[in-house]
Amino acid sequence: MEGEDEPSGGPMIDEEIYANGIGAGEEEKRSRPIISGEQLDVEAYASLYTGRTKITRLLFIADHCGNNQAMQLEALRMAYDEIKKGENTQLFREVVQKIDGRLGPNYTMDSAWCDTVDRRAEQKKEKLENELNAYRTNLIKESIRMGYNDFGDFYYAHGALGDAFKHYVRTRDYCTTSKHIIHMCMSAILVSIEMGQFTHVTSYVSKAEQLPDNNLDAITAAKLRCAAGLAHLEAKKYKLAARKFKRTGATPHFLETGPELANHYNEIIAPQDVATYGGLCALASFDRTELKNKVIDNLNFRNFLELVPEVRELINDFYSSHYASCLDYLGNLKANLLLDIHLHDHVETLYDQIRNKALIQYTHPFVSVDLRIMANAFKTSVGGLEKELEALITDNQIQARIDSHNKILYARHADQRNATFQRVLQTGSEFDRDVRSMLLRANLIKYEFNLRASRKP
Amino acid sequence: MDSVEALVTQIQGLSSTAGDVSRLHIILKQSDDSLHPESTRLFPALDQLDPSKHSLGYLYILEACSSGPVSKERASSLVLTISRFISSCAAEQVRLATEKFVSVCKRLKDQALLLEAPMRGVAPMLTAIRKLQTSSEHLTALHPEFLLLCLLAKCYKTGLSVLHDDISEVDQPRDLFLYSYYGGMICIGQKKFRKALELLHNVVTAPMSSINAIAVEAYKKYILVSLIHHGQFSTNLPKYTSSAAQRNLKNFCQPYIELANSYGTGKVTELEIYVQTNREKFESDNNLGLVKQVVASMYKRNIQRLTQTYLTLSLQDIASTVQLNSAKEAEMHVLQMIQDGEIYATINQKDGMVRFLEDPEQYKTCEMIEHIDSSIQRIMALSRKLTAMDENISCDPLYLSKAGRERPRFDLDDYDSVPQKFNI
Repeated sequence: MEGEDEPSGGPMIDEEIYANGIGAGEEEKRSRPIISGEQLDVEAYASLYTGRTKITRLLFIADHCGNNQAMQLEALRMAYDEIKKGENTQLFREVVQKIDGRLGPNYTMDSAWCDTVDRRAEQKKEKLENELNAYRTNLIKESIRMGYNDFGDFYYAHGALGDAFKHYVRTRDYCTTSKHIIHMCMSAILVSIEMGQFTHVTSYVSKAEQLPDNNLDAITAAKLRCAAGLAHLEAKKYKLAARKFKRTGATPHFLETGPELANHYNEIIAPQDVATYGGLCALASFDRTELKNKVIDNLNFRNFLELVPEVRELINDFYSSHYASCLDYLGNLKANLLLDIHLHDHVETLYDQIRNKALIQYTHPFVSVDLRIMANAFKTSVGGLEKELEALITDNQIQARIDSHNKILYARHADQRNATFQRVLQTGSEFDRDVRSMLLRANLIKYEFNLRASRKP
Repeated sequence: MDSVEALVTQIQGLSSTAGDVSRLHIILKQSDDSLHPESTRLFPALDQLDPSKHSLGYLYILEACSSGPVSKERASSLVLTISRFISSCAAEQVRLATEKFVSVCKRLKDQALLLEAPMRGVAPMLTAIRKLQTSSEHLTALHPEFLLLCLLAKCYKTGLSVLHDDISEVDQPRDLFLYSYYGGMICIGQKKFRKALELLHNVVTAPMSSINAIAVEAYKKYILVSLIHHGQFSTNLPKYTSSAAQRNLKNFCQPYIELANSYGTGKVTELEIYVQTNREKFESDNNLGLVKQVVASMYKRNIQRLTQTYLTLSLQDIASTVQLNSAKEAEMHVLQMIQDGEIYATINQKDGMVRFLEDPEQYKTCEMIEHIDSSIQRIMALSRKLTAMDENISCDPLYLSKAGRERPRFDLDDYDSVPQKFNI
């Protein structure tokens, strides 16, 4: 069914689970589950994106796919093609270096192309500068704004992200309508995400959202929320990120057109990503009620989840306490998630948090739990499970004690009365000690003061 | 000598009433200088006087006798004379000439140490303290001397009895430093770590304009005792510590602070390696024994942590978690801790299992209620003292004049209680 790039050693998942989620191969390429247990289909993955992010993602995959030569070369090849369509000579040089001649004579350094592009760039830059100066002397606001914008676009296309950002921001002084402001914010956000400076992203998102609401159409609103979600993800604020991703489809007009909406933001993020990021962050940070209300019962988000059935199954399994299969799905997805540029640094943390939550949720309703049964449910050994539980108990996330002899976990509730008495006695003795020291010190200071006073002539 | 004879008769005559005694005091002060050169000839004069009735005169002559150099043969008899004097003298007379009394007692201490029999000085010194003190909260210059004798004579229990008094009046800050430092050492010797920590804390946080050696040594011991008692140490000194201490103490105690950091990692082998490498430094400070106790306490800390997570645990597991060599060693440690009352547990030797129990204290017994009641009374008394002190200072003219001067600077509600006439 999906076997375009049958890999030599990639993890294969059960056909039946797979077939359950999607009908047999009649989907358009776009809604085919790209993030799945199978080896990442580079071409399909890349087709989800446009523009610069496509190139950066492909390069990231090439750098991080380890020993998998075939995938690496495939990614580099596609990156090369994409770059050649644009005007970024610096990226071109990078890619050629990485390919290192492995893809044959068609994919080597094309200096002629580079030179042409560079020359064209110089000419364009001069032209733009002249135009901009002319507009500036004329003091026509709109033209100056357009001039700076064009400059920003030019720099962006050539990979000079810092300059692009500066120019986009300069248009701020010449914006007259809120549409202009939105345009500026969106461009600034785009460049900031590419540069990895997510503090800018947050500030520009809030700037755009502060405009009166009727000026913000739903697509832009959704885009802004995606960008904000990404910023929170990078800042490791998983709960906030999950909430933002949830709300991406949450405006009333888009119940039906949820998935279509997010395709408008292909230069940053694909709908599958919204679903994956949102799903994983929610699972790692929401409690049960929030998970049910905001994820499982959320119709809009459900549309997104359809695109990544594994994540959907995963969330449902967690909610219905089928931890073994939930953790299985997670394991399968891991390899592919590590290839995603935004999620790469957070996969481990998110996975740990999800696993811990599963353990805590499992033990929560019981007074005593047989560790052997629990180890079976989590498909791990009793010893390993004991160590994990020990860490959670020390961290005070589970209130229980382990009976290591019989391998049972007993819930333990602290005796409030005894604890209170203990605290009272301790506070009393600390007060006693501190006041006595204070009186002593006061006396010393008084003595010293008197001494000094008596010495004065 | 005639003057001596005359003096003796005067002493005998003027020692009956308080008025006479004050006149005698003036005479004695005048003749003090003439007495000192005659030190050798004064001894027979002492026999004519009765220490209990003629305490003041006896004191002056005794002080003159002992101020010169003393040979070893005479030392023993001198010690005896002073001890007898201290036990029989009259406290009111002696308090009129405190410096003389203090110097006599210090001579006693010196002689006792010279004879290498510090024990002989312990009891007399205790009596001396009780006679010199105006109240049980008064710290005299003799306190540190007494504690030093106790330490050298290894009479820790006697020392402890003095330490139980709360101090609030101090003659000299230096006395307090030494007293707290020696007191801390005695408590460490008796394994009363909480009290030791309190005393050492007082030294470290006492007001001082410049750092002194006593504070540095106290800080070193403070770090070690803090690790033994609390299992942790933070280098943040409280706000009320003098700035001199805050800035400089750490520089002098670097090896100890690193020891504390190593302790914080929880790895026994690392700690032991660190102690081995820095052995000489600890030894030169005479702290090696204490450092060894710190290492031992690490095992205890780790075992105590296990009681929080496990109900039962095999001895083998304890050994591996706490990094002991064998289950047998683990058993010894756990047994020792149960005996010391540091954990509540039972050892099942058949299965090689330890069962951790809850603290059996239910806070329902009569003793507990009495304990709580007496604590409440004690704290109420403390609060009253605090309020009294506050009232005293508010009436102190020095404070009021200073507050009046500062009023325009601060403009706080506190200062409104200061009458306007103190503005300058």
